Amino acid sequence: MRELAAAFEDEHPDLRVRLDVGASSTLREQVLAGAPAEVVALADEADMDRLAEADAVGPVHRIATNELVLAVPTGNPGDVRGAADMARPELLVGLCAPEAPCGRLARAHLAEVGVTPSVDTEATDVGALLARLAAAELDVGIVYRSDLRRAAVVGIDLPGSPAVPHPIAVLRDARDPDLAEAFVALVRSPRGQAVLAEHGFGPP
Amino acid sequence: MSRPSRARAGSHAPLPLWALAVVGVCFLALPLVALLQRAPWRGLGDHLREPVVTEALRLSLVTATGATVLCLLVGVPLAWVLARSSLPGLPLLRALVTLPMVLPPVVGGAALLYALGRRGLVGGPLHDATGLLLPYSAWGVVVANAFVALPFVVLSVEAGLRTVGTDHEEAAATLGADGWLVLRRVTLPAVVPSVATGAVLAWARALGEFGASVTFAGNLEGRTRTMPLAIYLELQSGRETAIVLSLVLVAVSLLVLVPLRDRWLPG
Amino acid sequence: MSAAAVPVLDARVGLTVGALAVDATLRADPGEVLALVGPNGAGKTTVLRAIAGLAGLAHGHVRLDGAVVADPAAGVHAPPQARRVGVVFQDRRLFPALDARDNVAFGLQARGRSRADARAEAERWLSRFGLGARADARPHELSGGEAQAVALARALAVEPRLLLLDEPFSALDVQRRSEARAALLAQLADFDGAVVLVTHDPLDALVLAERIVILEGGRVTQEGATVEVVARPRSRYAADLVGVNLLVGARIDAHRAAVEGTGAVLTVAEPLPADDVVLTCRAQAVALFAERPVGSPRNVWAATVGAVEGDRDRVRVRLDGPVPVTAEVTPAAVAELGLRPGAPVWAAIKAAELAATPR
Repeated sequence: MRELAAAFEDEHPDLRVRLDVGASSTLREQVLAGAPAEVVALADEADMDRLAEADAVGPVHRIATNELVLAVPTGNPGDVRGAADMARPELLVGLCAPEAPCGRLARAHLAEVGVTPSVDTEATDVGALLARLAAAELDVGIVYRSDLRRAAVVGIDLPGSPAVPHPIAVLRDARDPDLAEAFVALVRSPRGQAVLAEHGFGPP
Repeated sequence: MSRPSRARAGSHAPLPLWALAVVGVCFLALPLVALLQRAPWRGLGDHLREPVVTEALRLSLVTATGATVLCLLVGVPLAWVLARSSLPGLPLLRALVTLPMVLPPVVGGAALLYALGRRGLVGGPLHDATGLLLPYSAWGVVVANAFVALPFVVLSVEAGLRTVGTDHEEAAATLGADGWLVLRRVTLPAVVPSVATGAVLAWARALGEFGASVTFAGNLEGRTRTMPLAIYLELQSGRETAIVLSLVLVAVSLLVLVPLRDRWLPG
Repeated sequence: MSAAAVPVLDARVGLTVGALAVDATLRADPGEVLALVGPNGAGKTTVLRAIAGLAGLAHGHVRLDGAVVADPAAGVHAPPQARRVGVVFQDRRLFPALDARDNVAFGLQARGRSRADARAEAERWLSRFGLGARADARPHELSGGEAQAVALARALAVEPRLLLLDEPFSALDVQRRSEARAALLAQLADFDGAVVLVTHDPLDALVLAERIVILEGGRVTQEGATVEVVARPRSRYAADLVGVNLLVGARIDAHRAAVEGTGAVLTVAEPLPADDVVLTCRAQAVALFAERPVGSPRNVWAATVGAVEGDRDRVRVRLDGPVPVTAEVTPAAVAELGLRPGAPVWAAIKAAELAATPR
C-alpha cells in the first residue's frame, strides 16, 4: 500500500496520503466509530460486508486475492510438511485470533481438512504472528502469502485453501469523494495491479 | 493514642486550585461514567457468566498476585542494596530499576522474548536443558507482569528504608545482633508500610498490564488471555462483553484499592 | 611502673568527620566512670561511635580488655556486634514495635538466649530499675525518664565491659536532671565494667565521674581526676566548667602580668612563677560597682556588661572590656546596678584572689 500511496502522491503533488494500518477487524471498528478516513481496504469480505450493511461505504471493488499458507521459521526447526503438523502437541503453534479474518479463514480451512490444531497462542494481528515466527519462538503458523515477504519466514503451500478476496471501497463520509475515487481507480489500474502482484497478491 | 486532628487548610485554598482539582476529578471520572452509561445492564448477569469473562478474571487475579509475590521476593532485597549498601555504580542500578517504567511495555515484552523465549539468550539453553518454556504459559504472564511492576516495589521500599534510617539498626548492632537478626526484627518491621504500598501498586500495575504480557506470553484463553487482553479482543469484535469486562476490572481494582487507601495517606 | 589492671578501654581515636579532625586518646579502668566533656561540635559523639565500632578509624587503635578491636594500620575493624560495648544513645533508639520487656530482651536473644529466658531476665532488669509495672508499655508510652532507664537496662542486660552513655540527660529539665543523676548512680552500682559518659553539662561530670577528659575541637585539652581538673583548669572551657575565670598573661614584673590580647595589667599577690602564666580567679571574686570603688582592691577597671545569665540563686555576668571575665552576683545586685547587656559597670578583683600557674 505504501508504494501505491507514493505513486498517488507523485500524481497529485500537493497531496499527502496517510495510511492507517491495522487488522481488518480493528479497521472495521474504527470506521464504524467514525474514523476520519476516505478509503478503506480490508483483508476480507466479511468485514467489508459489515461496513456495507452499516451503509458506511460506497460501491465495493475487489482489488486482489490472497491465499493462506503455512509459515515456518527459516530452517523449519519443527520439520513441518503440511497442515496436519499443526496438530502435533510438541510444536509451538500460532494462529491469528478468531476475530481477525486470517484467523477465521485459517480455522475454517483446518476444520475442512479435519485438523485440530494445538494452538499455543492467538496473535492479535498477523504482524505479531510473523514476528514470533521469525524469531523461531513459534514453529508454525498460518498467514497470507502476501505476508511472507514481511518477515524472515518460509512459506509452505496449503493445497485446497480458499482464495481470499481483498476489497476496497470509498467511505460515504469521505471529505473529498472525487480524490478518494481517484485513489481507488489507481489501485484498480494495471499499474496498481502490477504493484500488488509484486507484493505477492493474486489477481482479483 | 488518639489521632491528632488536623486543621484542614482546604477551606482556605484559592479558587483556581479548587477549579483545577475539579478538572482533575472530571478527567478521571468521565471515562468511567461513559463506560457505565454504555454498559449492557439488562444482560449483565449472562455476560458475567461467559467463560471469556470468568477465565480472564481468574487468570488476571492469579497472575497479578503471582507477579506481586515475585516482585516482593526480588524487589525488597534490591531496594535494600540501593538504600543501605555502598557499592559503586548505585546510580546506574537505580536507573536500571526505573527502566521498565520508561520502556513501552511492548518493547519490554519483546526484550523478554529475546531473553527468555525458546531461542532466547537464557531461555534457549534453559529450554534445551530442562524443557522449561515460559512463553505461552501463565508463568510467562507472571514474568512479564513482574517485569513492569518491579519498579513500584523497589522505589517504594527504597524510599521507606531511607526514611527510617539506620539509627535503630545501629542500636541493634551494639546489642550483638547480626545482619539477619537486624533485618528480620528491626529493618523489615520498620518498612512494612512501604512494602505494603509497593505491593499494592505492583498488583494494580500487573493487573492492568497488556503490552508486555501479550508480546511475551502470547494470547490463549484460560492460559494467557488476561482481562486487558480479553477486553482488547472483544473491543475489536465490537462486542458488549468488552464493556462488561472493563467494568469488572474497574470494580475489582476499586475493591482492593479503596480499603488500602489509608496506607497511602497516613494520618 | 606499677602493675596496673588491664584497662577496659585503651583507645586512640583518629578520624575526620566533615570539617572536624578528631585525635583523642582515652583510657578507662574497670569500675571507673570517665566523663567526656566539651562544647557542642567538639567530636565527643564521634569518639563514642568510633569506640563502639559504628565509625571506622582513620588512624589509631581501640583495645578492649587488652584485645585489639580496631587498628586500621593492621586492617582490623571488629563490628559492633563483636565488641562488648554497650551504648545508650542520646535519642535512646528503643525499638518502637517492641514493648519495654522485649526491648531489654533483644540483646539477650541476639546472643543466643531462648525467648522465654530472655524475657524473664528482662523483667528482672526492669524490676531492678523500678519499671516492673511498665514491662508491657511501648516506647512511645514511656516518659522520658522511663525510656532512659529502659535503654540503660537494655544495654546492661548483655553485660558489656564498657558502657557508653551519650548525653543521657540532655532531654531532661534541670529538676529531673538531678533526680536522673541519682538514679543513674544507683543503676550503675553493680556494674563492674568501665563507663564513659559524654555530656556538655559540667555538673554531670562533677557529680558522676572520677575522671574527666575535656575534648575541644577534636583534641583533648585536659584530662585527669575530676578534683584535679576542677582545681587547676587549663582551658577556657575547663574554667567555665568549674565556674572559674581564666586569663593568659605575660609577666611584666614579679607581681604584675599583662593580659594577652588587651594588655591590661593585673596585680597578683603571690610572685609570678613564670614568664607565661595562666591567671585564674573565682567568678565570685569579681566584684561589681556602679562607680569607681575606693579602697584596697588593686585591680579595678571600667567594663561593659556583655551577657547576663543564670537562675534565681546565682547570676553570671559576662564582662567585656580590658579584662574579659565573668562575675557571679546575686539577682538583687543585678537590679541595683542595672546590669543589662551594654550597660557600663566598674569591676574589681583583689590581688589575693588571683592565682597564677605556669603555662
